[in-house]
Amino acid sequence: MSERILSSKLYIGIWATLMCLTVITAAVSFIDLGPFNTVVALVIATVKASLVILFFMHVKYTHERMTKVVIVAAFFFLLLLLALSMADYTTRFLA
Amino acid sequence: MSDSPIAVEPHGPELHGPELHGPELRHHFADVEQQRDAASLGMWLFLATEIMFFGGMFCAYLVYRYWHFHEFAAGSRSLDIYLGTINTAVLICSSLTVALGVRAAQMGKQKLLVVYLLLTLVFGLAFLGIKGKEWYDKYKEHHIPGASFNADDIVKEYPQIPINQQSEQTYFSLYFAMTGLHALHMVIGVGLFSVIAYLAMKGRYNSHYYTPVENAGLYWHFVDIVWIYLFPLLYLIDRKPLK
Amino acid sequence: MATATLTQERENYLNQSYGIKSWLLTTDHKRIALLYLVSITFFFFIGGFFALLIRLELLTPAGDLVLADTYNKLFSMHGQVMIFFFLIPSIPAVLGNFLVPLMIGAKDLAFPRINLLSWYLYIIAGLTYIHCMLTGGVDTGWTFYTPFSTAFSNTKVIEAGLAIFVAGFSSILTGLNFVVTIHRMRAPGMTWTRLPLFIWAHYATSIIQLLGTPVLAVTLVLVVLERALHLGIFDPARGGDPLLFQHLFWFYSHPAVYIMILPAMGVVTEIVPCFSRKRIFGYKFVAMSSIAIAVFGFLVWAHHMFVAGISLYSALIFSMLSYMVAVPSAIKVFNWTATMYKGSISFSTPMLYAFGFIGLFTMGGLTGLFLACLGIDPHVHDTYFVIAHFHYIMVGGAVMGYLGGMHFWWPKISGRMYPEGWGRLAALIVFVGFNLTFFPQFVLGYLGMPRRYWDYSHSPEFQVLNVLSTAGASVLGVGYVLPMVYFLWSMRYGKPASDNPWNAAGLEWQTTSPPPTFNFEETPMVNFEAYDYEHIPEPEVAVER
Repeated sequence: MSERILSSKLYIGIWATLMCLTVITAAVSFIDLGPFNTVVALVIATVKASLVILFFMHVKYTHERMTKVVIVAAFFFLLLLLALSMADYTTRFLA
Repeated sequence: MSDSPIAVEPHGPELHGPELHGPELRHHFADVEQQRDAASLGMWLFLATEIMFFGGMFCAYLVYRYWHFHEFAAGSRSLDIYLGTINTAVLICSSLTVALGVRAAQMGKQKLLVVYLLLTLVFGLAFLGIKGKEWYDKYKEHHIPGASFNADDIVKEYPQIPINQQSEQTYFSLYFAMTGLHALHMVIGVGLFSVIAYLAMKGRYNSHYYTPVENAGLYWHFVDIVWIYLFPLLYLIDRKPLK
Repeated sequence: MATATLTQERENYLNQSYGIKSWLLTTDHKRIALLYLVSITFFFFIGGFFALLIRLELLTPAGDLVLADTYNKLFSMHGQVMIFFFLIPSIPAVLGNFLVPLMIGAKDLAFPRINLLSWYLYIIAGLTYIHCMLTGGVDTGWTFYTPFSTAFSNTKVIEAGLAIFVAGFSSILTGLNFVVTIHRMRAPGMTWTRLPLFIWAHYATSIIQLLGTPVLAVTLVLVVLERALHLGIFDPARGGDPLLFQHLFWFYSHPAVYIMILPAMGVVTEIVPCFSRKRIFGYKFVAMSSIAIAVFGFLVWAHHMFVAGISLYSALIFSMLSYMVAVPSAIKVFNWTATMYKGSISFSTPMLYAFGFIGLFTMGGLTGLFLACLGIDPHVHDTYFVIAHFHYIMVGGAVMGYLGGMHFWWPKISGRMYPEGWGRLAALIVFVGFNLTFFPQFVLGYLGMPRRYWDYSHSPEFQVLNVLSTAGASVLGVGYVLPMVYFLWSMRYGKPASDNPWNAAGLEWQTTSPPPTFNFEETPMVNFEAYDYEHIPEPEVAVER
């Protein structure tokens, strides 16, 4: 995790990207995209989270395979919780 | 590769002394690298548990947003989007100062490290202050769930949205539960970084040993990521212009 | 291998330092294991006491021993104490803590101070729960179902919930410690496929502890908030769904049962090869099945909710997944059996417990399949059939695995042999008492006796089977007390144990009994497979035939 020292320019660049994406996501919410409003918002949020994970948390530059395994595993199990719960709620009141 | 069995023979107690390794090496580890790798893996596993911890509330959110979309949409509109956006920006700035702080530690620049840690604290406290203001606004508007809850103002402001006042409480229950849990984690983070900043001022960290700074940084970034998702999910559900 | 000497002469982890501070502030994983041993035994007695009162009440159809409200508290607290304060910590916190570093050739766990913190969290949780019990208890059922727990119960729900919340963090930290230790602290040459299967079992258990327990924690937080602040998250009148609680609760609580059984399976997998003098059959299948159980165990939770109001379509999915989760468990049973085939079997006490485990766990597991079947479950849900099913697994399985492990590793832990004759007798008494207690409950459930009922005077024909069950419980109680007595006896008067009284494979047997504080004189180098029984001679006098 402490192998490479990244340049401060890179960090500032990531920071600037995150700030822009924040403004964009807020602004886009005022445009009517129908059901895609939610999709766009979540996609932007995921891009922001990925930037934080990969660069601020150094995951892009780590030699540790386990780090990525742990992150993926946690999100996978969270997805299981959400998906299987929704399997109940979306099929409950079908005529 | 630190996931294979250790390749070095650990030295017996009679062989070690502070001149062979830093005083921070704990005796059950063979070397500093093994200790650092263990601490790193341990921290990531802890963050995985935090993902599941918040995840339970995200599940509740998902279920109720599906059931009560209109109430969620209207409730979302009643939040201050400007304060929310500013708070998001504040946290992103704090993540930058954390990352730059870790970098300063890596380069052995002790004073710079302290500066960045203190800046992080400033941003963190700013976030909590703005959050407190938002909660206070909700309190004034009678949007806190419980006996005094009253969503008449929301119903009146958005006649185009079919709102059931009883179900409106569910949105605000989740709003307070989720932002509350997040704020609690922020408070813990502020406490953590206060301790780290103090130790940094005492000269505890150098370019060979800054594991606590790194791991505290991971925690802070995680709390930032939770907010990155909370912001659109709570504030931006439905802001398009109503007819 | 060092020759056996009297334990009094050589320094080991027990005599290295004395005094209460050296125990309460220890970071030695072996001492922490003993701290847990004392604590969980204490809670076992409390849970057992509640069970005794339940069984006494059920001797007669009328509710005449305790009040109905008291009975509700009895079964609720019996469940919570046994699950959260006994079963979940039991094997991992006692045997796991003691053995994981030894088995992989490490000096300690990765985070010894966090290990001690785990124990203190457990104690804080335990004291909180004791206070809760003494000041009114909790009557919601161990499952805290809403809306009763959030809106209607008059008992100490918040306190119980907070106690279990803290106990959950103890569990999480233990799991975290094990995963990091197994990844980062293995001795040179100890590759993944040379690890004892006890380690694989604890690794799988730790995955569940890490990923599942936080969901329980946040669910309890929601219940506490709902009850204290009247938020309305689970209140139908305010748009909430009581079933959401059940989804979140069972997302943890089903994998929790695998937290309870996987370590016991790990124990059995160590005992069976040793007392068959044969390597485990299908090492990789056993290792992978542990991981499969951990992962699949997260996919089946709503089989506890078939009649609660979930959709039929999701019920179908969960039923199918519940059938699939039985497969890796069955694989283990096949592998244990195949290991014993053409082996040289000796009926030592640990082996008796392992036999008991295999038979009773199989029965419990098969009846789980009955419950997974959507056609059967509505008839036996919330009856004694379910109670019998899970007690076969948790008592006939997990507790027997725990006792078998305690006997197998007692020489290593204490440096003494327990009296083998008494050990076998106790194992037999446990087996007989267990079946007499719980087999009648399968029949009772099938005949329709509901669970959590304090009074069954509407069906007095249930009495005979209930009396049998209570009689069995008394026998079972005797069987549990015996080991406690003779283990304590053995610490003073037991025969001193050699390093490896069973001539078992495994790094833990290559150090002294008891081990020194830092486990090994020199770091072991591993260049042999895990269950190399072909090259290990049979013990000469360890087990009398």
